[in-house]
Amino acid sequence: MRKRTGCTPPRVGDGPFFRRMLISIVLVVGAFLILAPLLIIGVEAFAKGWQVYRDTILHPDTRHAIMLTVLAALVAVPVNTAFGIAAAWAITKFDFRGKAFLLVVIEIPFSVSPIVAGVAYLFVYGLQGIFGPTLDAHGIKILFAIPGIILASMFVTAPFVARELIPLMQAQGRDLEEAATSLGASGWRTFFSVTLPNIKWALLYGVVLCNARVMGEFGAVSVVSGNIRGQTNTLPLHIELLYHDYQAAGAFASASILALIAVFTIIAKLALERRGAGRVRPAVNPAEKA
Amino acid sequence: MKIRLDHVVKIFETFRAVKDVSLEVESGELVALLGPSGSGKTTILRMVAGLEFADSGNIYFGDQDATDIPVRDRGVGFVFQHYALFPHMTVAENIAFGMDVSKVKREKAAIRARVKELLRLVRLEGLGDRFPAQISGGQRQRVALARALAVDPKVLLLDEPFGALDANVRRELRRWLREIHTTLGITTLFVTHDQEEALDLADRVVILKDGHIVQQGTPEAVCRDPKSAFVMKFLGDANMLAADVRDGKAYADGAVIDAAGLADGKAELYARPGDLDWAPQGAGIAATISRVMDRPGGRRVIATTRDGVHLELDLEPERAVTSGDNGFVTLRRAKVFAA
Repeated sequence: MRKRTGCTPPRVGDGPFFRRMLISIVLVVGAFLILAPLLIIGVEAFAKGWQVYRDTILHPDTRHAIMLTVLAALVAVPVNTAFGIAAAWAITKFDFRGKAFLLVVIEIPFSVSPIVAGVAYLFVYGLQGIFGPTLDAHGIKILFAIPGIILASMFVTAPFVARELIPLMQAQGRDLEEAATSLGASGWRTFFSVTLPNIKWALLYGVVLCNARVMGEFGAVSVVSGNIRGQTNTLPLHIELLYHDYQAAGAFASASILALIAVFTIIAKLALERRGAGRVRPAVNPAEKA
Repeated sequence: MKIRLDHVVKIFETFRAVKDVSLEVESGELVALLGPSGSGKTTILRMVAGLEFADSGNIYFGDQDATDIPVRDRGVGFVFQHYALFPHMTVAENIAFGMDVSKVKREKAAIRARVKELLRLVRLEGLGDRFPAQISGGQRQRVALARALAVDPKVLLLDEPFGALDANVRRELRRWLREIHTTLGITTLFVTHDQEEALDLADRVVILKDGHIVQQGTPEAVCRDPKSAFVMKFLGDANMLAADVRDGKAYADGAVIDAAGLADGKAELYARPGDLDWAPQGAGIAATISRVMDRPGGRRVIATTRDGVHLELDLEPERAVTSGDNGFVTLRRAKVFAA
């Protein structure tokens, strides 16, 4: 860049004072608001030594909480992935009435507080709820049990995959699928040979985000799980319980696991972004010279 | 394979529509669907392909009613406007795709041999390992054609095949497509909004407007005998003069031309720039030259009549005219349509 002479007006935000101030504000706020708490987790988790950390992690309740969290993810993530692909496909490749409405419905879990979702589930599946008595009569337990936890997790994370895929698939249009079918490919073949390879990075990106959210979900799950230690406690709920029991070291130790998962998620996310996920493939310029 | 459209109707919520189109394409014929955007030409093509289904009417392939046969089983080769090459597959994989997914199982070696043969046909030998992003627009166009031909289609359909290419590549590919058609003899239907392309390439041109066929015929027939002012204007530059018809003759601003068969009354007279001539003295439409544009093949002259109408004339390169000259525009030939 050329050096500015005195008479040219500075571009907006280009003054050295303004620039330095902005950078320092962001750095300071970032450090205090985001980095410091994360570091505290690490420090506090080991505050009472490695032994306590190990004991907390290996405690049956903690282990059960981890297992439950993993279980919820193992069910919710694949289901929501399938849902996300189906929804994105329907919205981008078909024309039908209520398409705009479906888009809004998919977004609801993003805008609604998870605890509202939890309470709503209480009213649907609870003993005083709509299906509650029927389910109870058949001995099916959804609330305060694993199915409720999984359902609540699924509600909260339903939009993640769909939201990653819709803009990408919209940009790609229907040409490729039409070309494949005109060449004689079946619907499945078209999906696996043509659609999937072109959306795979965005799909994986959505799955990673969805997984992170399932494992970290607190609000909705806390309402429907009943917080029964060693039975319906997921990892985030377990952390809260330990904290309320004044077991700070234990709470932090458990929290460190979630933090670790989060860090891995971010690394995976960055790696995927580099592969072009979430970004539209640069369109091949058709007007190029032969 | 002969294609026949029988009173086909397709209405969209948007402006695009096909209103009662009947059309026959003879076996081995190369036919252009020509029309401005929104005339329904692409919709017709997509209905023939099976990518779109008619609201009413029937489409026949030979004697078979193909109206409800899905695209997958219709046996057509479709070349998309933007080629729709699979970006994650190489050129060879793109071409092989139709054979790979076919219900008719083929040996890997046979597929490879066929891909090689097709690459030679479209003059892309040695580019089989490239990805679509690594080749030029004209080459992509040829890959798309090879991919469509690989499934031995009964009918070849092309949607604006050269729309995205620059002028030189277009002209070259046009000639080449004509050669391929002569070699293979596949019934071919293509859509274009470019009259030059349609006239250069097709055996027969079908001109569409607002979902209707307004005229069809050989390039010679539609050029020499346009049946309406729309066709006249759409096929190329045309000057329009208001005219009066009296006793089988059209009178327009000092020019007279035969208009046998037209009823007396107001009419529109159309003449191509090449149909007009310039005379410094004599009779004709009095006008002043307002601009001269020199082109490789001649001189395009804009003359303004006393009524303020701008007329475009094509004159030979040797003609000495400059802007400001007064004189007369004469008619060599013209078409008169009732207004």
